[in-house]
Amino acid sequence: MEIINFLNLVFLAPFVEMVSYPIFFSEVIISGLLTGVMYSLVALGFVLIFKASGVFNFAQGAMVLFAALTLVGLMEHGFPIWAALISTIIVLIVLAFVVERFMLRYLINQEDIILFMATIGLTFLIQGFGETIWGSNVKPLDLGIPSESFELGGLLLNEFDLFAAGSGAVLVAVLAIFFHYTRIGRALRAVADDHQAAMAVGIPLKNIWIIVWSVAGFVGLVAGIMWGAKSGVQFSLSLIALKALPVLILGGFTSVPGAIVGGLIIGVGEKIAEIYWGPLVGGAIENWFAYVLALAFLLFRPQGLFGERIIERV
Amino acid sequence: MFYRETGQFKSSYKADQAIFPITQDRWFILFIFIIAFLVIPLTASEYLLQAVMIPLLIFSLAAIGLNLLVGYAGQLSLGTGGFMAVGAYMTYKLTTAFPEVNIIVIFILAGLISASVGFLFGIPSLRIKGFYLAVATLASQFFLVWMFNKVSWFYNHNSSGTITAPPRELFGVTVTGPTATAETRYIVALAIVCVFALIAKNLVRGRLGRSWMAVRDMDIAAEIIGIRPFQTKLIAFSISSFYCGVAGALMVFLWLGSAETEAFSINESFYVLFMIIIGGLGSILGSFLGAAFIVCVPILLTNAPQLFGLSMPIDLQKHIEIMLFGFLIVFFLIVEPHGLARLWQIAKEKLRLWPFPY
Repeated sequence: MEIINFLNLVFLAPFVEMVSYPIFFSEVIISGLLTGVMYSLVALGFVLIFKASGVFNFAQGAMVLFAALTLVGLMEHGFPIWAALISTIIVLIVLAFVVERFMLRYLINQEDIILFMATIGLTFLIQGFGETIWGSNVKPLDLGIPSESFELGGLLLNEFDLFAAGSGAVLVAVLAIFFHYTRIGRALRAVADDHQAAMAVGIPLKNIWIIVWSVAGFVGLVAGIMWGAKSGVQFSLSLIALKALPVLILGGFTSVPGAIVGGLIIGVGEKIAEIYWGPLVGGAIENWFAYVLALAFLLFRPQGLFGERIIERV
Repeated sequence: MFYRETGQFKSSYKADQAIFPITQDRWFILFIFIIAFLVIPLTASEYLLQAVMIPLLIFSLAAIGLNLLVGYAGQLSLGTGGFMAVGAYMTYKLTTAFPEVNIIVIFILAGLISASVGFLFGIPSLRIKGFYLAVATLASQFFLVWMFNKVSWFYNHNSSGTITAPPRELFGVTVTGPTATAETRYIVALAIVCVFALIAKNLVRGRLGRSWMAVRDMDIAAEIIGIRPFQTKLIAFSISSFYCGVAGALMVFLWLGSAETEAFSINESFYVLFMIIIGGLGSILGSFLGAAFIVCVPILLTNAPQLFGLSMPIDLQKHIEIMLFGFLIVFFLIVEPHGLARLWQIAKEKLRLWPFPY
C-alpha cells in the first residue's frame, strides 16, 4: 500500500497538480524560463571562448563577479553609470589582454586539461584580485530597473525578470549580428572552425583571442549586472559558473543557440522539479538536479543537443 | 658522481622489475622511511603533525586515487569530494553500528562501498568523454553531498548534522576520537598510505595499469587491440573511488575528528585535482609532491605576512592569499605543465651526468 502511495506521489500527483492549477503551472514555467535566460547569459561566455580558443574557461564565473564588482566599485566612487560602464569594459579588455599576453600565450599546444586547470587558477587569481581591490561586502547594485510585479491575463509577472530576459535577447541578437556581419565576427567564426586554416588565410590568432576574451568579459558584465541587481554583488556570483556548466553540456560546448536553449531547459526543469518533486525528497534539489537532467540528455546525445558531432578516428 | 647505475648488474627478472632498480634510490627511500616513521613522530610538534603532516598524507591518498582515474585512465573527474564523503559517512555508520569491529576493516569496507558508488557514477563514462564527462561527474559531487546533508540516517539522526569520530582502539592504543594523540594518528595514516601507495604503484605497472594507459591515450585504438573500454573504465572509477573513500574516512577519523558535508565541497575536488596536476599526471610520486605543494602553500602564505612583520586586516590577507594561490597555480602550469614529478625526473637525469654533462 505504501508503495502505491509512493508511486502516486512521484508519478501521478505532481502531474495532476500541474493540470488542475494551469495558471500556477504557467507561472512556474515562465519564472523558470526567465531564470534560464540568466543561466544562458553566463553559459554564453563559456561557449564564445571555447569555440574560439578551445579553452574550457572555468574563470567565466569569476569574470562575472569581477565585472560586477568593478562596476559597483566605480559607481560607489561617484562615477555616473555610463562612465562606470565604459571604464568597466575597458578594464575587461585590459584583463583579456593580460590573460592572453601572460597566460594563454605560454600554454599554446598544451593538453586541454592543463588549460582547464590554468583557468581554475585564473579563477582564484581574478576573485582574489577583485576582492582585494573592492572588498568582499555584499554591494547592492541599483540601476533603476523597476522590480514590481504585475498581473497579465491572470499571470503574476515581475518587471525585472522581463527586463533581464529582454536584455538577454538583445545581447544575443547583437552578438549574432556581430558574428555574422562584421569583419571581426567572420574572423572569429573562421578561427572557431579551424585554427590552422584561419592562420593560413592571415587571421591573427592572438588578437582574435584578446577580442574573444573581451567579448566574453562583456557578456560576463551583462550577466553580472543582471544577477547583481537581483541578489547583490557578492562572492556567490562566481558560483553561478557552476550553474552554467550543466547548461553548457546540455546545449553543447560549441553552440551559441545550444547555450540559450540549454539555459531555458535547465531553468524550467529545475523550477518544475523543485516545486513539484522537491518536497518529496526534502527540498534544495536545485544544486544537483540540473546536472542529473543534463546527464540524462547526454546519455542520448553525448555531444549535447546542438554540439558538433564527435567524430573519432584511430 | 655518486648517483650512477654503473656496475649494478641485474641477473634476474625480479631485480629488473624492481620499483627502485638503482641502489642509491633504495637508500634514499629507506632514508625517507626512517624520517617519516621515526624522526617526525619523535620530534615534530603537535601543530606540525596536525596542520601539515596528517593532511598531507590524507590528501596524498586522495590524490593517488584521482591520479589513477585521471592520470592513468584518462577519465577527467570532479567528483572526488563526493566519493570522499561516501567513505567518511560510511565509516561513521559502520563503526557506530559495529563498534567491536577493527577500525582498519571498517575503513576498507567503507572504501568498498565508496567503490561501488564510484562504479555507478562511472557508468556514463562509456558514452561521455572529456569535459562533458568532467561536468557530468559534478552531478555525483552535488548529489552525494546533498544526500548526506538531507538524509539524517547517515549521521544517526543527531541534531547538529555532524559526524564525530568515536574513540576506537587498535592493538590497545586509541587511534581515533578526541583522546588519540597526534603521533598515533599520524603513524596510522602513514602506514595506511604506504600500503595503498605500494598497491597503486603495482597496479599501474601491471596489466590493469597498462590497459588504463591504453584507454587514456586513445580509447578506440585500445578497444581494437582487445581492451574492453567499459570494464577498464569502470574498474578505474571503482578503484579510484575506493582510494578517495578511504582518504575521506581518514580525513574525518584521523585528522578533523568531526565534519559536516561542508568539508567535502566542490572545492575539495578542485584541490585534489590541483594536486595531481601540479604534482604530475600519471605519477604516484607526483601525487605526494602535489599534495605537499597544495597543503603547504596556503600555510606558508598565511604565515608569510607575520614573518615579514606586516600586519593587515584578516579579510584582505585572505583575498591576497587566494590571489597568490591562483597565481602560483598558473605560474607552475606555465613553467612545468608536466608537474613536479617531471622536475624530479629531470633532476635525477642531471644528477646522473653530474659533474660531466654532455
